[in-house]
Amino acid sequence: MFLQTPTPDTSGYMIAGYAVAFITMALYVASMAMRSRNLNQDLATLEEMEKSAAKEQPAKPKKSPAKTVTKKSRKK
Amino acid sequence: MQDKPVTLKILDIVSVILLGVSTYLALVFAPTELVMGDVQRVFYFHIGTAWTALLGFILAAVFSVIYLIKKELKWDRLQVAAIEVSLVFFFITIVLGSIWARPAWNTWWTWDPRLTTAAVTELIYIAYFMLRQGIDDPDRRARFGAVYALVGGISAPITFFAIRLFRSIHPVVIGSANANQEKMNMTSDMRVAFFFALFAFTVIFIDLFWNRIRLGDLQEKVEQLKLKVTI
Repeated sequence: MFLQTPTPDTSGYMIAGYAVAFITMALYVASMAMRSRNLNQDLATLEEMEKSAAKEQPAKPKKSPAKTVTKKSRKK
Repeated sequence: MQDKPVTLKILDIVSVILLGVSTYLALVFAPTELVMGDVQRVFYFHIGTAWTALLGFILAAVFSVIYLIKKELKWDRLQVAAIEVSLVFFFITIVLGSIWARPAWNTWWTWDPRLTTAAVTELIYIAYFMLRQGIDDPDRRARFGAVYALVGGISAPITFFAIRLFRSIHPVVIGSANANQEKMNMTSDMRVAFFFALFAFTVIFIDLFWNRIRLGDLQEKVEQLKLKVTI
């Protein structure tokens, strides 16, 4: 029993390991949240642009009844 | 963007709870290993992240095959999501392994077969994203990505079997080791923490994977709308 080597104190490494694991996961989740937020902003802007572009387009002229071209109308 | 499905919201919460419980089991519940001390506790997260990461790389290879057959871009988005989450998890695996190695092997890094194949796998998938960045055409990018991920997927089983096929100082945790290899002996409490960590990280992986797929879908939507507006 007296010859048993004591358990080494490696708690510092353990703390470092868990810190790395949690920080990496937190950074990844944060990066996904940021990318999602930016994409949602882009989407809102693009939808706005699409709407304004649709408004700016001149309304299509109403179809007038097709006139048949006759020899008389050509002469006029 | 569409609101998150209720199932995903629940999965988000469950993942956080599982991560907390797994941390408790690893740090408090599991006994201290007598030879290595507290640093052995990183092993639970090390294996949990390694298992899900390697599974994710294989999953990505399967999605690649489906993309190459069906030519539908949704399979490309699934593949990217699987690789991205796996890359993050595998990074954690490698760093935790290195931290464990310092007091156990008296070095941060050694070119052991397992460590080398793991580092190569990580680099292969970093290069995958660099390849994708360089291609503008979505179909071409997806095709090149699929072929690359399919070939790269071979590195996952090689990494897993490296300690069984070659002489290695890396301990064997799952399955039988060679006579000259170190095998991990766990107490029943350690086993509880170990299997719970495997389960917890699998659920966390699924949660992150699902979130990443949604992000990919949103990205696709924005790209489509950009094209529409510019035309």
